[in-house]
Amino acid sequence: MAKIKYIEFNGTEHEADVANGLSVMEGAVQNNIPGIDADCGGGMSCATCHVYINDDEWFRKLPEKEMGEDDMLDQAFEPKSNSRLSCQLIVSDDLDGLTVHMPEKQV
Amino acid sequence: MIKTDVVIIGAGPTGLFCAHQLGIIGLKCEIVDNLDKIGGQCIELYPDKPIYDIPAVPKCTGEELTNNLIEQIKPFNFNFHLSDRVQELKNENNKWLVKTLNGKEFETPNIVIAGGVGSFEPRKFPTKSVEKYDGKSVLYSIKDKTIFKDKSVIIFGGGDSALDWAIELSNSSKVTLVHRRDEFRGAPASVQKIKELSDNKTIDLITKYSIKDVKGNGSLESVEIKSESGESKVIKADYVLGFFGLIMQLGPIADWGLNLDKKTIPVNTENFETNKKGIFAIGDICTYPGKLKLILSGFHEGALAARGCFKYARPDEKYRFEFTTASNTIKDRLGVKE
Ligand SMILES: Cc1cc2nc3c(=O)[nH]c(=O)nc-3n(C[C@H](O)[C@H](O)[C@H](O)COP(=O)(O)OP(=O)(O)OC[C@H]3O[C@@H](n4cnc5c(N)ncnc54)[C@H](O)[C@@H]3O)c2cc1C
Ligand code: FES
Repeated sequence: MAKIKYIEFNGTEHEADVANGLSVMEGAVQNNIPGIDADCGGGMSCATCHVYINDDEWFRKLPEKEMGEDDMLDQAFEPKSNSRLSCQLIVSDDLDGLTVHMPEKQV
Repeated sequence: MIKTDVVIIGAGPTGLFCAHQLGIIGLKCEIVDNLDKIGGQCIELYPDKPIYDIPAVPKCTGEELTNNLIEQIKPFNFNFHLSDRVQELKNENNKWLVKTLNGKEFETPNIVIAGGVGSFEPRKFPTKSVEKYDGKSVLYSIKDKTIFKDKSVIIFGGGDSALDWAIELSNSSKVTLVHRRDEFRGAPASVQKIKELSDNKTIDLITKYSIKDVKGNGSLESVEIKSESGESKVIKADYVLGFFGLIMQLGPIADWGLNLDKKTIPVNTENFETNKKGIFAIGDICTYPGKLKLILSGFHEGALAARGCFKYARPDEKYRFEFTTASNTIKDRLGVKE
């Protein structure tokens, strides 16, 4: 289990306890946290679960991107070098304390 | 005005199989999709990927599944209206009037929405200032490439469309290709070609930049691009092309007065009718307790929605359950001879 903080573009903060094995995306969707659309339900084919990891250290600590994640991020709204797809971030105890920032919009 | 028993919105796997079920029970339908091809997500997002959970088909790709579904409904000769989007639904004297973006009109007692997560639309530039040039000098697809002859064209993107057009237009236009990172997701041969064209200065290749602003006085004059560390460059441009893939937009479906739960339409699980009489929703776009966004579920939903349509299309007849193996009527409809 990990405590994940989700910060909307307007600054509104949400915190959720997310069970191991779920994705950071599912943590948001299941807790009705706005700002992550996840149109494809985690299939890595929509780029509407896009988040920024503003903390450098956290960005480096996260599991590496798998093949295809960067390709999908090319198609996200305003991708940056600290962008991730939250459906690809699988929660484990190691992610306890992670903060993700949402982009201005997803589509 | 086209009169029919059912208008199906969306030619994904769910819409296609629902058409089959309608054909089997003797109803006519017209199918509208705003993509230029049949198959929905299967053909647009994963034509080459194998699917392993279609009942009795151990393995088939998105494209194979689509082709088989098309083959299965061939006997019915249903019309497809592609590259067109259903815009408006209106109820008149218990019939639905359906209007599309291209001006087609249908009259029908039933509408089946099999719209997935909405219609596929090109992702646009995030910059607001770009909007006033949309469709004129800022384009997301190319219909007539001759307009770019001897012009300065800036292409944004890193996939096949961006690379292919950069290569193609470099023959007759001044092309700048801008991408947000060094790696490209296009075919290796195209990436190689782009590198060659950039090395011999046929095109300008700028990576790790994205769009910041566009400038112009009535017509587009230049584009400002920025790097993440804050540097910016201004490039002269007559046209800007953006190729960032497709996104799914619920679009007009949200304006039809249907109950919505996030981006999905709640239905009953008896016949998949929505809160509006004669409007059914099936596949990824519908929701009910336990809903699974799987092709297999969409097939089941389509079969039941088709029976729901029968009631309104043939109010004076009674629907009779029949097996395809046994019914001569169904065999006639399928045109099979034994
Ligand atoms: C990468 C990936 C892998 C997948 N793998 C599997 C798998 O292994 N097994 C499985 O069962 N499922 C899988 N799926 C899910 C499956 O593809 C979907 O459940 C299925 O495509 C849903 O079908 P549909 O017909 O409901 O909608 P879609 O396939 O989304 O088709 C909807 C169509 O409706 C059109 N449309 C929408 N609104 C309008 C409008 N107003 N006017 C005109 N046209 C409109 C759209 O353009 C679209 O073509 C996968 C999905 C993805 C993205
Ligand atoms: S949910 Fe679609 S890419 Fe993550």
